Formats: sequence, structure tokens, C-alpha cells
Amino acid sequence: MAEEHGRKWDRCLADTAVKTVTGLGVGIVFSVLLFKRRTWPVAFGSGLGVGMGYTNCQNDFRLPYLIHGRMVKDQ
Amino acid sequence: MLRACLRGANATARNNCRRNPLTSVQHCRHYTAGETSGATKVVAAGLLTVSSGIGGTILYAKWDHKFRAAVEKNVPYSDLLFSLALGPSSQEGLPIKKQSEKKVKEAAESPAEESSPATTQPAQSIEGKSLISVSASLEESLASSAKTTLQAIGAQEAALQAITQHTHKLKEAMEAEVPPQEKSAQWKDLEAALANRTCAMNDASTALLKANETLGSLKSVIDKSKGLNIAAVHPLVLAAEENLHNMIVDLDKVVTKVQSAESEAKIVSQYSELVNEAKQQFQREVSSLTPEIQANWKGLTGKLSADDLNALIAHAHRRIDQLNRELAEQRVREQIHIDAALEQQKLEDQKALEKAVNTTLQHVKEEARLEQERKLGELREVMEAEMRTQLRRQAAAHTDHVQDVLKVQEHELRAEAEQVLSSKMLEQETRYRQLNQEQLDNFTLDMNTAYARLKGMEEAIDSHVVAEEEARKAHQLWLSVEALNYTLKTTDSDLPTIPLKSAAEAVRDSCHDNDFALALASALPEESLHRGVYSEASLRARFNSLRSLARRVALIDESHNSLYQYFLSYLQAALLFEDEQKAPPTQLSREDLDPFKLLSYASYCLEHGDLELAAKLVNQLRGETRRVVEDWLTEARLTLETRQVVSLLSAYANAVGLGTTQAP
Repeated sequence: MAEEHGRKWDRCLADTAVKTVTGLGVGIVFSVLLFKRRTWPVAFGSGLGVGMGYTNCQNDFRLPYLIHGRMVKDQ
Repeated sequence: MLRACLRGANATARNNCRRNPLTSVQHCRHYTAGETSGATKVVAAGLLTVSSGIGGTILYAKWDHKFRAAVEKNVPYSDLLFSLALGPSSQEGLPIKKQSEKKVKEAAESPAEESSPATTQPAQSIEGKSLISVSASLEESLASSAKTTLQAIGAQEAALQAITQHTHKLKEAMEAEVPPQEKSAQWKDLEAALANRTCAMNDASTALLKANETLGSLKSVIDKSKGLNIAAVHPLVLAAEENLHNMIVDLDKVVTKVQSAESEAKIVSQYSELVNEAKQQFQREVSSLTPEIQANWKGLTGKLSADDLNALIAHAHRRIDQLNRELAEQRVREQIHIDAALEQQKLEDQKALEKAVNTTLQHVKEEARLEQERKLGELREVMEAEMRTQLRRQAAAHTDHVQDVLKVQEHELRAEAEQVLSSKMLEQETRYRQLNQEQLDNFTLDMNTAYARLKGMEEAIDSHVVAEEEARKAHQLWLSVEALNYTLKTTDSDLPTIPLKSAAEAVRDSCHDNDFALALASALPEESLHRGVYSEASLRARFNSLRSLARRVALIDESHNSLYQYFLSYLQAALLFEDEQKAPPTQLSREDLDPFKLLSYASYCLEHGDLELAAKLVNQLRGETRRVVEDWLTEARLTLETRQVVSLLSAYANAVGLGTTQAP
């Protein structure tokens, strides 16, 4: 059970990090493209990413009985 | 009588010692004429010889019948003489007399004849043998004694002859008027005769001794054979005794004859001695008178002087006077002397008579005894023969009677015996049947008991077998349970045990007829069967690692499960310190339901090996901690369940095993 918890945390952190970076990336792109290199879309995007990650993490932790389905390839 | 004469002669010879030899010869002649003249002497001597010869012949004829027969044949009228002296020549004594013949063979034959009929009777017994030996010894001794007796008799007779010859010669020498030149020859003859006589005497004495010896031995043999006490020996013994007696008698007679001859010879020798003495005395007288004249008194005549002659004549006259006087005296005393002599002679005669009478008495007694014994023997034989016939008759009668009686008895006895036999048989049969029945009963009884025992034993064995089976099964169950128990222990630190399936299978197999065990065996949780269970140590370790996580999510539950709560619970876990282990109280109150406390209680219990209590305490957790320790709890539950079942099974197996195990 502890590994589950650990795994959850790993997933959560990884997910958050990805979202943040993705948000940061999108933010940078939007700032560069649309908003004449303003910083607010970068912060907005990273924040967006962190928020999403945080919520996901929380949901993950809240819904313990939610089974994460995995795609099993037919071999 | 002769001795008296001799004494007289001595006296006169002494008185007449100085006489002239011629006159002494005359005197001698005179002296002898006083008693008897020379012719009478010769006649007497001749008569004596003849009588002794006749006596000897008669004696010998008495002993030897053949001799008697021969004499009777040759000499006429001798049979009259013999019949006068000895009685008729009895022929009935011949068989017995035969045995006393001087021929050794006859003496040997007749005892053999007598003994042979005697021996044929008890031929097979030892008596026969002893009889033969006795008869042999008897005939031997008889033969030897006869020989020696005959020898003795012959020697005695020879001695007698010699003595008579000698005396005759001596008398001749005494009285004969022979010229001097023949005198020496005569004397030589005399000496020869004397020597002969002494020799013969010696021979006779030795022969007599020998004869006595043999007679004595014969007597002893007879006594011995008498002592053997065998009936058939009696006639033999009797005959031997008679022979002995006869021999003794003959020997005695001959000895007496010899003794009489000896006495005669003694008389004659004494007479000759006296004469010699008288001569010597006379010679001494003469020599004393005429000392210068020596030697022979016969040669004196031519050498004497007148004085000597006168002296001699005077002496002779004196001597004649003396002798006349003595003669007168003697005539006076003649009667007295004769009476005295007669008395003496009577006495001696009496003595001799007595002796003779004694000896003859003894002989007669002996003969009578022998006769008696002979008669007894004959009588005994006759009686025996008669008795034998009577006995035979009686025996025949007795045998007949006995036969009849025996037949009757046989019948009686047979009937009796048959009766007795039948009764005994009946008795025996009944007894036999009884015994048989008894035996059968006993046997049946024994068989029944044996059968019952056998049955009992079989049942016992069966029960034993059953019990053993039960025990075996129990043991097997126990073993399988032990195996199961062991498998529980085969855990590494974090890995579960090997699946208990096989052990459970073994358990199930070993108790397939036992519902309780089956139920128990099937009550094992599936997970333990397939996957195995965790050991307590691994659970403990896991719990220790879980504890930190459980502490960290202590505030999270269904309602409070945001990330902020997570952050707060993390903060709480970091900041809150509780005891590592704390002993749980016996009753939980509300504040004890705090996860931290619970965790410390559970830790304590785990540390002290009480998984059950730990599980109970952990069961009180709520929320996220509960979710976190859910797996552990399941595992703990599983383990506890398995352990419970196994312990139950082992307890059951132990109980069953104890029950089946028989205490020694």
C-alpha cells in the first residue's frame, strides 16, 4: 500500500510537472505569438498547468477506488 | 621158666668160675642136665621151629587164601589143620578177602569194580567224582599199605629166621664139643650170624616203621572218606577197614613172633653171656691160683706143674664142696624157688595173657564192628531197594490221584477265572466308557474355552487393529498438520510462505473420514492455499514501514482529502511525536482511537508477538490510514485465520493422537 501511495505521488508530481511545463510552453507560445511577448500568458499557462496537475493529484488521492485502466495490448 | 633157669645158670656159673673148663663143660652139661639135657634142648628148639613154622603157615593161610588152597592141595591133612585153626575156608569172605590180596592189581581192580557200579548211579553228580577220587585214594593207600605190610612181614620173618639161626648157632657154639680148630670157624659163623641178625633186625624194624606209617595213612584216608559221608563209599570203606584190620593183625602176629624169638635169643645170649662170665671168672680164679700160666684154660693141661695141679685140684675140690653145699641148699630151696619162679611166671604169663587177650579182644571187636557195619550196609541196601519199590508204587498212585485232582481243579479254576475275567472286563469297559465320556467333556470344555478365548483374542486384535488404524490415522493427521505447521514457518523475511495447498491436501487426505478435520481443513482460506501467507516477522516489518505512511495520512478521510489536508497531515506527522510502542489498555476509550495511539499500540502488540490484538487495533483505524493499512490488515487476517485453523487442526490431531496413543 505504501508503494501505491508513493506511486500516486510520483504520478502526481510527474503529471504536475508536465502540465506546468506544458502550460509554460503554451504560455510562451501564446505570448510570443499573440500577445507580443508579454509574460502574462507564460505565468498563466504554467499556473494553468500547475492547477491542473494539483487537481488531478487531488482527485487521484480522493478517489482511491478509481481504477486506472490501462490499455492492454492483445498479444 | 627159662629166665629162672638162666638166673640159676648165672649163679652156678659164678660159683663155678674156677672150675676146669672140662669140668665146666661137664658142669655145664651137668647144669644143663639139671634143667634139660642138650638133646632135649635140641628137641625143644626143633619143636619150637616147627611150631613157629606151622603157626606162620596158618597165619599166612588165614591171610592168603590162595596159599591156603595150595598148601591144602599139596600137604595132606593140612585142610583138617586149617579148618581146626581157622574155620572152614569160607568162600563168602572171598570177595572181601580178595581185596586184601597181596597183588596190587586185585586190590586196585575190586575197588574199581565196586566203585564202577557205584559211580554209574550218581554218574552225573559231583558225588560220583568224589567217589571216584575216594576209591582211587583208598585203593592207592591200600596198595601201598599192603606192599609195605608184606614187606614188613617178610622182613620180620627174615629177622625171625636170622634170630633163630643166630640163637641156634650160639647154642651150638656154647655147647658143641668140637675140636678147637673148628671153634674159630664156629665163632666166625656166629659173628656172621650175629651180623646177619642185626641187619635183618634193622631191616625188619625199618620195614615195620614203614608199614606202620602206611597203615596210619590208610587209616587217615579211611577216616577222611568216612567223613565225606557218601552212601556209596560205605562198602569200599568197609572193605578197606577190613583190609587194614587184617594187615594190622598179621603185622602184630609177626611182630609178636619176632619179639618172642628175640626174647628167646636174649635168653640164649644171656645164657651165653653168663657162661662166658662164668668161664672168665673161672679163668680169673685159675689165673689167680696159677698166675704164671696165661691164656686159654683149655691149653693148661700140658703146662701145669704138680703143685699147680694140686692147687688146682684142691681148689676144684673146694669148689665141688661148695657147689655140693649150694646144690643141697638149692634142692632145699628148689621148691620155693620154683614156686617163686612159677609165681613170677604166672604173673608174667598173666600179663602176657592179658595183653594177648586185649589185643585179641581188640581185634575181635574190630572184626565184630566191621561185620556189623557190613551187615548194616547190606541191610541198608535191601531196605533202600524195598523202599524204592514202595515209593515207586506210591509215586504212581500219587501221580494218578494228582492227575485227577488237577483235572477237577482245572475245571473249577477255569470257571472261576472266566467269571472273574468277565466281571473285570465289564468293569473295565464301564470305566473306559466313563473315562472316554469324561475326556470328551473335558475336551469340549477346553475347546469351548479355547474358542471363546480365541474369539476374544480376535476381537481384541481387531479392536487393536482398529485402534492402531485410528492411531495411524491420527499420527498421519498429526504429521500432516505438523507439516502444515512447518510450512507456515518456511518464510523469508518479506516473501510469503510456500502455498499451503499440498500440505492442506495431505491433511485432507489423512482425515477424509473425519468431518471435523475435513471442515477445518476446508476452512483454510483460499489465498493461503494458493499463495501462502506472510509470517509474523514480515508483517511486523511491513507494519513498521507502513506506520510512517499511516501517520502521514492520519488526517485524510473521505471528507477531508484535499491536497491541503494532505499538506496538513504531513505537517502533523512531522510535528507530532508519540511513543514508539505503548501498551494498549484492556479497554479502549474514545481518545485511544487516535490513529497515532492506535499505531503505537499496534506496534507494541506486534513487538510482543500479539498479531491478533494488533490486527484488532489496526482495525479501529479509519479514513485514509485505514485504506493504507487495508492490505496489511488483510494479510494479517489471512495469516491469523490460517494460523487459527492450523492450530485447531494440530490441537485436534494432538488430542486424537493422545487419545489413541496408549500410555506405557
